[in-house]
Amino acid sequence: MMTGAIDIKKEAAPVQERAVGPWLEGWRSFKKSKVSLVGAGIVIFFILLAVVGPFIAPQGINEQDLAKRLLAPSGEHWFGTDDFGRDIFSRIIHGARISLWVGFFSVILSVIVGSFLGIVAGYYGRWIDTIISRIFDIMLAFPSMLLAIAVVSVLGPSLQNALIAIAIINVPNFGRLIRSKVLSVKEEEYIVAAKAIGMRDSRILFSHILPNSITPIIVQGTLAIATAIIEAAALGFLGLGAQAPAPEWGKMLADARKFLLNAPWTMIFPGIAIMLTVLGFNLMGDGLRDALDPKMKS
Amino acid sequence: MLHYMGRRLLQLIPVLLGMTFIVFMLIRAIPGNPAQVILGQQATKEAVEALNASLGLDKPWYTQYFSYLTGIFQGDLGVSLRTKLPVSEEIFPYLAATAELAFFAMIIAIVIGVNAGIISAWFQNSWFDYTAMIIALIGVSVPVFWLGLMEQWTFSSKLGWLPTSGREDVRNPITAITHFYLLDTLIQGRFDQFIEVIKRLILPGVALATIPMAIIARITRSSMLEVMRSDYVRTARAKGQKMFIVVYKHALKNAVIPVLTVIGLQTGLLLGGAILTETIFSWPGIGRYIYDAIGFRDYPVIQSGILIVAFIFIMINLIVDLLYTVVDPRIKYK
Repeated sequence: MMTGAIDIKKEAAPVQERAVGPWLEGWRSFKKSKVSLVGAGIVIFFILLAVVGPFIAPQGINEQDLAKRLLAPSGEHWFGTDDFGRDIFSRIIHGARISLWVGFFSVILSVIVGSFLGIVAGYYGRWIDTIISRIFDIMLAFPSMLLAIAVVSVLGPSLQNALIAIAIINVPNFGRLIRSKVLSVKEEEYIVAAKAIGMRDSRILFSHILPNSITPIIVQGTLAIATAIIEAAALGFLGLGAQAPAPEWGKMLADARKFLLNAPWTMIFPGIAIMLTVLGFNLMGDGLRDALDPKMKS
Repeated sequence: MLHYMGRRLLQLIPVLLGMTFIVFMLIRAIPGNPAQVILGQQATKEAVEALNASLGLDKPWYTQYFSYLTGIFQGDLGVSLRTKLPVSEEIFPYLAATAELAFFAMIIAIVIGVNAGIISAWFQNSWFDYTAMIIALIGVSVPVFWLGLMEQWTFSSKLGWLPTSGREDVRNPITAITHFYLLDTLIQGRFDQFIEVIKRLILPGVALATIPMAIIARITRSSMLEVMRSDYVRTARAKGQKMFIVVYKHALKNAVIPVLTVIGLQTGLLLGGAILTETIFSWPGIGRYIYDAIGFRDYPVIQSGILIVAFIFIMINLIVDLLYTVVDPRIKYK
């Protein structure tokens, strides 16, 4: 008995070592690329900022001090103050929460809607596929920013509606991705087998097809967060996103335009904040693509 | 080839019809009544209703949609509610302004992007490669509108080298013929104005060019790296061909397809993205035209403007597809 058990262990051990899951393997190759690690570092930094920001910011979002209007950066106000005497450094820290929130949730929303439509189109095919695919074609035929502006003008300008507009314009990208994945997986033998033993469609979709689509969604999603953050800032800048007095970075830039000449710091720092966050997600997305999905390498 | 082109054009019809429908419905969903906007808050109910009737806005939506659709086929894009001018006449100068800016930006993006990509691939892992790719990475991450503002701050406010905004000097107005000012000033032999137009194109052009430039540089580099490893390139080098010829003549030819795809896609995106650049630089382009129309509930302008931009976007992508056969004769469309 004893020897038998040991034997099994001996045999099982090397197998376990070889069978490194795709995630661990992905992490190993992700870790190798310094650039992706820098990206992940930036992303984690801004996530932390969004979480603990309100507790560490030297001032509140709307703490005004009219005696201290448009002060240049100094020891007291690292990034200077704006035209209401508000501390720009504090506002940028608070703004991280808004930008990340829009970035994450708009992408999650488009992934959910896109996956649903993509799965339905790819799995059921025929006329449903034709209709959904044509709608995707039509949506992708519009320049995305223009479509986002049109959607926000219907819903009314607010941060939440900007989030919805950004989610809508990204739906076809994820929809197409999932659809093509479903089409390629659908013909695999194990799916045919699952069907043959009478597995329900919903079960096949959720336990076989969806897990197969996870990696491209993660890669595409990370890069989409970067774009979504820029688009949210752009809508805020045009006055169609976050409204005053929210410390949204794009809105801060729009308000700072008047002071371009005499108080450039009101403009420089929010811009750098946007750029760094977006850069972080782009670097991380590139790294994830190379690590998780070598076929997608550009 | 002709057959393929015909089929592609036929396939466009349902997409275009779908687009007219989506735009039509979207615009109708914008809250607010255009007649009320035109007449102001003080207008009587009767006046608003009368204007609604004369604009045809009191009819059911499908009647409105149908008359809109038949109008498009007759080249009638509607009449602007604000200026009372036909959109088909009014829109051209705005389109020309955006086209000129986009063209200028794309030239910058292609010349710098493609060459930076080629040199980076040629001297892979050199300091040039690293610098160029870091700049490209930052380039895709920078918000265009912020870049535009920083340019204004540096090059007009601080250094005073270039004008801050606008397409022409208001004290020295340009007589429009084609509405492409670079062309117009040349036709009229006004070289002083030609230089002025170029000066005013530089800042918005660079801002608009940044993202496509960065993307083009990255794609060119990776596509070139792949080609440079192939046997025929090694052969060319082995027989003693000059490296410059090998890179720019032999390798580039085979590396250009993905670059072309990206250029086409980016040109289309430029049209939509131009709205931010146009806002910052007070550029009287199509993006600004549509954006202002939204504020005025100017349905015909929003509708036709979005539709025209989307149409150009589709056509550019079609042209790129057709260009493949010119660049690579091995590709044959049936």
